[in-house]
Amino acid sequence: MASDDVKLIGAWASPYVMRPRIALNLKGVEYEFLEEKFGSKSELLLKSNPVYKKIPVLLHGGKPICESLIIVQYIDEAWSGHSILPSDPYHRAVARFWGHYIDDKWFPALTGISRAPTDEAKKEAIEQVFAGLKFLEEVLEKSGAGKPFFGGDTIGYIDIALGSHLGWLRATEKLSGLTYLDESKTPLLVCWAEKFSAHEAVKCAMPETDKLVEFAQMLKAKFSAYIDALSPSITLFSSLNYICSL
Amino acid sequence: MAGEKGVVLLDFWVSPFGQRVRIALQEKCVEYEYKEQDLANKSELLLKYNPVHKKIPVLVHDGKPVCESLVIVQYIDEFWSHKSPLLPSDPYCRANARFWADFIDKKIYDCGTRLWKLKGEGKEEAKKEMIEALKLLEGELGEKKYFGGESFGFVDVALVPFVSWFYAYETCGNFSVEKECPKIVAWGKRCMERESVSKTLEDPKKVYEFVLVLKKRFGVE
Repeated sequence: MASDDVKLIGAWASPYVMRPRIALNLKGVEYEFLEEKFGSKSELLLKSNPVYKKIPVLLHGGKPICESLIIVQYIDEAWSGHSILPSDPYHRAVARFWGHYIDDKWFPALTGISRAPTDEAKKEAIEQVFAGLKFLEEVLEKSGAGKPFFGGDTIGYIDIALGSHLGWLRATEKLSGLTYLDESKTPLLVCWAEKFSAHEAVKCAMPETDKLVEFAQMLKAKFSAYIDALSPSITLFSSLNYICSL
Repeated sequence: MAGEKGVVLLDFWVSPFGQRVRIALQEKCVEYEYKEQDLANKSELLLKYNPVHKKIPVLVHDGKPVCESLVIVQYIDEFWSHKSPLLPSDPYCRANARFWADFIDKKIYDCGTRLWKLKGEGKEEAKKEMIEALKLLEGELGEKKYFGGESFGFVDVALVPFVSWFYAYETCGNFSVEKECPKIVAWGKRCMERESVSKTLEDPKKVYEFVLVLKKRFGVE
């Protein structure tokens, strides 16, 4: 039946693609994963996301939904079962707020470390990342209230928004030698990260840290010289630049 | 302020983000107390209720703060759900509305700021991107009365405050929104027929004067 037809256009290494995968798993929805080939964009992707031409794109009965957190909210509303966003409007607003924060401030700070033009700027970016983790530790303490996840007993919206970055966070730690999830600084987050990664709905979608490290090293070898010649403002390569600097 | 009943809005008179919230509150006929903020000298209240970003708008409802304009608008829509729904009920249409509101957040304010702040190539690039973005929005609007169809909705609320900034963008960038995107201008005029919009938006000339003050402050002539 067309309305049951669920496809996800994505790539194994993308934290943004992980988000709808976890959401679909939580809802018990079967879907076909269409892996994009690295370095090129399929006709289907370009047709389904003409505005940004980016993954992930969810196709439900042929209709495209774009932008990872918008897709997660769609999945939550289109299928019953496990609730991803809380039911109370205030708590929903808090969850959305932190989703925005993670995407608009925290993750750009993390990728900004490598792009920092001076040591001073680099230090500031690193401080921002740690400050963000401290905020999130407090959120976990308050909203989790002793429970394992931001969503309480079960995985919720903030868990998905932040947890999807764990793969690259761990890869970054391995490659840079700097520990971001530090038990002495954010013990709840360290515990949370382990539980999140071990969850049934997450395990199969979380890329292995070693594979990400390998991928980053491959990109570095392939693109280093190319990137040196490019202006840092080119968005396509800013994430590669980040990867190559690890 | 915990335990205090009522709705308070921490805002700044010309902020398009704050105006989104004011329009939404008016559409829902919610009474609230407006508290103008001095952004050069941030109040204890603002720092207490938005410690993460220290920005307006902040809606404080019964002592609990909600930050980020589109998060606030969704909160208003969900809490006062009995009147004038801003988001449609169908999940796909909701996702589409969220997509375009997010697009407006990613493009319009940033392009607009670069239009008055930059010169030469930077300004031209910002102008090109702004026109492209408005054209995409015009495509999404199509022949509809509002982005929400027959009813004024989430995307309309997200975009309409920027209508009062068009004159400033046009003057700084030397282009005409009417010429490039006539349907958007027509839509803007239809929105201005709604009291929530006409009572909230500032006169475009006043907005332009404000931009001139900013330009002076940033040393851009």
